[in-house]
Amino acid sequence: MNDTTSSKNADDSSKSIISRFITATEIDPRLLGMLGALALIWFGFHFYGVIFNDFGAFLTPRNLWNLSVQTSSIGIMATGMVLVIVTRNIDLSVGSMIGVIAMAMGLLQVEVLPQFVGIGHWSISIIAVIVGLIFGTLIGAIHGWLIAYREIPAFIVTLGGLMVWRGMAFLSGGGRTISPVDPSFALLGGGPYGAVGASVSWVIGGLACFGVGYIIYSGRQSRIKHDFHLRPMWAEMMLTAVGWASIIGAVILVNSYPWPKGIVRQYGAKVGQDLEGTFISHGFAVPVLILVAVGIGMTILMTRTRFGRYVFAIGGNPEAAALAGIDTKWVTMKVFALMGMLTAIASVIASARLNSATNALGILDELYVIAAAVIGGTSLAGGIGKIYGAILGALVMQSLQSGMVLIGFDSAIQRIVVGVVLVLAVYLDIVYNKRVKK
Amino acid sequence: MANVGTPLVELKDISISFGGIKAVDRVSVDLYPGEVVGLLGHNGAGKSTLIKCLSGAYTADSGEVFINGEKVIINNPRDARDQNIETIYQTLALADNLDAASNLFLGRELVTKSGFLDESKMEAETRKIMARLNPNFQKFDVPVSALSGGQRQSVAIARAVYFDAKILIMDEPTAALGPQETEMVAELIQELKNQGLGIFLIEHDIHHVMNLCDRASVMKNGLLVGTERVEDVTEDDILSMIILGKNPKRAK
Repeated sequence: MNDTTSSKNADDSSKSIISRFITATEIDPRLLGMLGALALIWFGFHFYGVIFNDFGAFLTPRNLWNLSVQTSSIGIMATGMVLVIVTRNIDLSVGSMIGVIAMAMGLLQVEVLPQFVGIGHWSISIIAVIVGLIFGTLIGAIHGWLIAYREIPAFIVTLGGLMVWRGMAFLSGGGRTISPVDPSFALLGGGPYGAVGASVSWVIGGLACFGVGYIIYSGRQSRIKHDFHLRPMWAEMMLTAVGWASIIGAVILVNSYPWPKGIVRQYGAKVGQDLEGTFISHGFAVPVLILVAVGIGMTILMTRTRFGRYVFAIGGNPEAAALAGIDTKWVTMKVFALMGMLTAIASVIASARLNSATNALGILDELYVIAAAVIGGTSLAGGIGKIYGAILGALVMQSLQSGMVLIGFDSAIQRIVVGVVLVLAVYLDIVYNKRVKK
Repeated sequence: MANVGTPLVELKDISISFGGIKAVDRVSVDLYPGEVVGLLGHNGAGKSTLIKCLSGAYTADSGEVFINGEKVIINNPRDARDQNIETIYQTLALADNLDAASNLFLGRELVTKSGFLDESKMEAETRKIMARLNPNFQKFDVPVSALSGGQRQSVAIARAVYFDAKILIMDEPTAALGPQETEMVAELIQELKNQGLGIFLIEHDIHHVMNLCDRASVMKNGLLVGTERVEDVTEDDILSMIILGKNPKRAK
């Protein structure tokens, strides 16, 4: 008895500090890996700029703020793609869906609704968004029905969708670009007016800090109640501190990116004051807040609801899920409908950001979305995937892209690098999984 | 022990075919409370198929199912569960990527008042039942893919036992187990039997059948060869029913 305890202790102390840290905090090592990769990319591009261009453009409030906005649309879709891939399916049509949904919303705002309510009416943007969401959900539901109830492989259905919806996007507007969209709709895409400003950002940051504290506290209470293993106090403290520091850091970052001079002047003229030289903060961009809300909502859906549990069960063993009384077809159809709805949200952001709807909007997005989910640890074999991983995956992809733009790589090289990184990320994941199993 | 009164389960004239092949052809079997009925036969004799008509995995082409004398319609696994029928499948039917608690409650998750999964409650309940069935079981926070064959089996058994089954279907429950674990399953079957459950046991090992079962129904090529009380027959009798498709005693 004595022997086993002492050898166990010896075992514990022989472990490295890092592995003891990971055990105590219960952090997924994959998350640390991804954050490490992200740090490498960010600092790499920054110092490449410092050394070769005499100016490090990457780690600036302006670039990071833009990066957050650029990540939103892919990130939102990637959360849905996690569910699709976890259930052993794939959706190749999201890029084309972005196009056709944007065209529908664009035509509605620019050509249809103004006839009835007049240009600039407050209801235009609301109706456009609602119609867009319904349209996206409907397209997704049609895909899901064909896949689940007609048993056509998802690859084929959504490959068909890729072509059909892109064609529809072209036909619906006759190949035109529909512009400009409704001004309040455009706010959903970010930009100086589409950001919430300094004080609201602080309020959001405060709420987020409260949320982190509450999650850690209630998690501990529930473990105490059921007499489960507790994290050491220092680990709980540290997780809270790291959470709070990153939230506060993010608020400071977005608040230190000022409006450009031209916009300040324009705004000053509008409100009738001389604001020349005033520092007006952007604060969090609206699309980023939408991404965060979607990320939280999807995480709760996947980890705290029956639906999420069934999605994982179907991915792990479809037969067992059916034998457990789960209506696997209905769940699959709902997964695709949800993917459609998230694509519609991404479409709102993408077209609002561009201030127009074009039939080419979202081309190749499906590949970036799938890549983001896979880099984020979603297994194409099904059954495994994390929402935050997909969002981080989207951030990694977008960081690579904007980093290469900043240091002046042309688009051909960008594609090569992104392609190589995708394969490498999946390879590292496989190596990691094999090590863990041993 | 004489089987009198209403049977717990009565399968009457069940037939099901796949692509023109009659997998089960007008088979009738019954099961009384506190009884273990063994289902025997070669691979492909139709035992598993017959039993899947009761567990809801298949829908019979024709025939009737009576529970406590009342006719019931079982179209899917949910219907079967509503009749307190629990099944331990040969494949175990576990979602490998989920942990023991998630598998145990799959399709019947406990939720809080606000409708969210009550993870801690489910884990606590799982710990309780596993302590009873397999006290050595400690791996509650890993996917069941990381468990040994015996541990996986005990998760599958726990799932059937936890929900107060009245009728239990076990499809070769000891196929993947070592001698000690097999002994545990045998004890469990005895205990459940004493609690008044009816158990259908699909089993290849004649020894087990003779030890555990009260009656044995033998199938061959989709047809029922016959049902015998195990006290009235020898192992050889049963074997010839399985192999030759006839009961030597009755043939006399």
